Amino acid sequence: MTAIDARASGSDLRQALARLSRLPWGLYLAIAFAVLLLVAVVAPELLTVHSPTAVDYSAALKPPSFAHPFGTDESGRGLYTRVVWGARDSLTIGVGAALLGVAAALLLGSVAALAVKPAALVADRFIEILFTFPSLLLALLLIAIMGPSAGTEVLAVGIGTAPGYARMIRGQILGAKNAGYVEAATALGHSRWRIVRAHILPNALRPLVAVFALSIGQSIVWASSLSFLGLGVAPPASEWGALLDAGREYLVQAPWLVVIPGLVIVAVALSATTIGRHIQSRLEKGE
Amino acid sequence: MSIAEDVDDAPARDAGDQTQVGADRLDRSGARLSVRNLSTAFRVGDGIRRIVSGVSFDLLPGECVAIVGESGSGKSVTARSLVGLAGRNGIVEAEALEIHHENALAFTSRTWRRIRGRDIGFVLQDALVSLDPLRPVGKEIVEALRLHRWGDRASRQQRVQHLLERVGVPYPAVRARQRPDQLSGGLRQRALIASAIALDPDIVIADEPTTALDVTVQAQVLEQLRQMKQRGASVLLISHDLAVVAQLADHIVVMQGGRVVEQGPAAQVLGDPEEDYTRALIAAVPSEETRGKPLSPGGAALLAGAPEPDEDLQTVVLQADGLTKRFRTRDGSVTTAVDDVSFALHRGETLGIVGESGSGKSTTGRIALALERPDAGTVTLLGRQWTQVRERRRRAVRSRIAVVSQDPLSSFDPRWTVERILVDALPRRAFASGQRSGRIRELLDQVGLEHEVLRRFPLRLSGGQRQRVAIARALAQSPEIIVLDEAVSALDVTIQAQILDLLTALQRRLGLSYLFISHDLGVIAHLSHRVLVMKDGRVVEVGTPEQLFSAPAHDYTRRLIASIPAFDPESTA
Repeated sequence: MTAIDARASGSDLRQALARLSRLPWGLYLAIAFAVLLLVAVVAPELLTVHSPTAVDYSAALKPPSFAHPFGTDESGRGLYTRVVWGARDSLTIGVGAALLGVAAALLLGSVAALAVKPAALVADRFIEILFTFPSLLLALLLIAIMGPSAGTEVLAVGIGTAPGYARMIRGQILGAKNAGYVEAATALGHSRWRIVRAHILPNALRPLVAVFALSIGQSIVWASSLSFLGLGVAPPASEWGALLDAGREYLVQAPWLVVIPGLVIVAVALSATTIGRHIQSRLEKGE
Repeated sequence: MSIAEDVDDAPARDAGDQTQVGADRLDRSGARLSVRNLSTAFRVGDGIRRIVSGVSFDLLPGECVAIVGESGSGKSVTARSLVGLAGRNGIVEAEALEIHHENALAFTSRTWRRIRGRDIGFVLQDALVSLDPLRPVGKEIVEALRLHRWGDRASRQQRVQHLLERVGVPYPAVRARQRPDQLSGGLRQRALIASAIALDPDIVIADEPTTALDVTVQAQVLEQLRQMKQRGASVLLISHDLAVVAQLADHIVVMQGGRVVEQGPAAQVLGDPEEDYTRALIAAVPSEETRGKPLSPGGAALLAGAPEPDEDLQTVVLQADGLTKRFRTRDGSVTTAVDDVSFALHRGETLGIVGESGSGKSTTGRIALALERPDAGTVTLLGRQWTQVRERRRRAVRSRIAVVSQDPLSSFDPRWTVERILVDALPRRAFASGQRSGRIRELLDQVGLEHEVLRRFPLRLSGGQRQRVAIARALAQSPEIIVLDEAVSALDVTIQAQILDLLTALQRRLGLSYLFISHDLGVIAHLSHRVLVMKDGRVVEVGTPEQLFSAPAHDYTRRLIASIPAFDPESTA
């Protein structure tokens, strides 16, 4: 029973530390990795010593070593250097596609849930149509029309992921619309627009931050698959999907050319998902 | 609320300081269940929190012991401790805990499993969550029998029919094959009782067996328990409802904050209570006799400042004519939720609408608030068209009619503090931003809340405080009418008493008119000037509470009144 008293005392600092130590270690790893990625995007030269395009045929297809921790490719370029310098392309595409996807979803979802009948119905059906259309086919169509480029990739992946999130946002808004506090505000005589702004959107969009973080990981994987199929950024850019594609030819002699970029993509997706999940669970707890 | 916070709030209680209330009757032998100085604590984080201490009583054959208390009194934890269900984190200690003269403190979980069902039947509050939703109720009972290796397959089937019949389930053969969701609340509860008594246990523990049931169904369930008692079973009844307890109990244990406040024979505890808390509990029960009188200890002072005004029941503020509302159900059929309902609400009057679930009373309230459009009929608010006009035109008039609902928490935006909720409810034009904080403090004073709650979130408030905030919000626009939909139904009886007193005082002071919707005839009789009795969407009777209680004209009203557990301390056996 005295344990209660013991717990009540104790400095704020100690409590804060205790709270931090309760976070899963995976989250720390994810955050550390995200910071590293950020540096790679903003200033890749800080993390590398070689140039990503310096060719050295004498050192071609070398396995991981001290000088080249990820090994070298067919032109003797360090894979580590190329991965770091490729982060900017890969992440720009990933984040850009996630932004586009969530923004489109936000628009479609809100219209479907909030607009007057005919407009809502059109938005609703449009989401359904996007859903039924195979995403890969949609991406191929866009690339066929606009040609392979980073921009096309962003567009293709963004549109491909939008319907899922649109449906989620629509559901969230419809749920908030039926909440007791919306009815209470109606009974107070507040206007529809005021209620949407003050209650429905803020409550419905609480999970959006988390959704966005989850979407980044997914988009990077998606964009990499397109690049891998040769439908994305063209060489010599070292976007990760393109690295995978290039390494495919040397799968037997130099498996690290495929395995390591693959692992990096997995790590990015994992860390974005871990951070997103954490944000989501915190929001759900209402903190 | 986080567990850690509970720990911080809990006063550390001294284990040595045990109350020995009612120890004089502890020498009775022949008890089926006997407990001395029971205490239950839970491990929370790295601390221990004591929930229950000093509970002692005996349960004799054919006797009903009732544990009465409000939420947080520890009554349910006590019941669970007695059957070894305190859980992994529970620490149950007692000087003695004997079931059939065996030391239950030494029981292994295996022994408990044998005892539960065979020797002790446990009836839980909510039959819908206690029964497997995918399993026909008959199977549930068969399972209980099979677990204890009762009879063979054929005789078990027979037993199920017999049991369902015994608890008053009509067409037992059909019902046994139905799943819980296909049964009404009353039938579900009876099926649950049937499975609890499947092996004829001589001890039955019923934890809030009638809460959430309509009064007529409640009467049936209580009758089942009474019959069990007559057959010689010992019943331990856990309830917050004194009226229910008065029906059945021979011995009453009153608990508060985990301790026994008072215990003794039912007639003595109810008729001549020794403790203030018991007295307050009894005084808090609203009924026809308590009309105009304070229910809570603080109520007298509250009402003293607000004398009953000369009733001005001439001005009609809200008039409903021929309201009808139909809903399409999932299977495509149409049900008429509200059928040709008409009423007039006068200035300063409380019009009670009483009915059981599905009677259409809440829909009627929502139509009155113009939150629901009637299929036929009109509502006139302060002499002006109300339901027939567009929402845009209604908005300006909405401040004249406010609402307080049963579940205030869901009616508050979870992101907002009390301050923001109240400011948001103030009419913008009437108060410049400088005057707002003064006005919301005035509102808090009116509903008896500390100004300190302004910074808090509704989630962190108690049920009573939340309902006060909801009332303050309703008052914010200075309405003339407040629709109160089951506004006190979810509250503990002493809190309910405070809110009812507050409502009475506010009505007298501000000349408010209430449309008071409730399933509880006692609350309705306490507060209403006139009562509308609804059944299946129709108004079956209108009258003053005196008329309804002394000379109910309609059959249903008579049934409703007969079903209320009569709470008359003097006449209890």
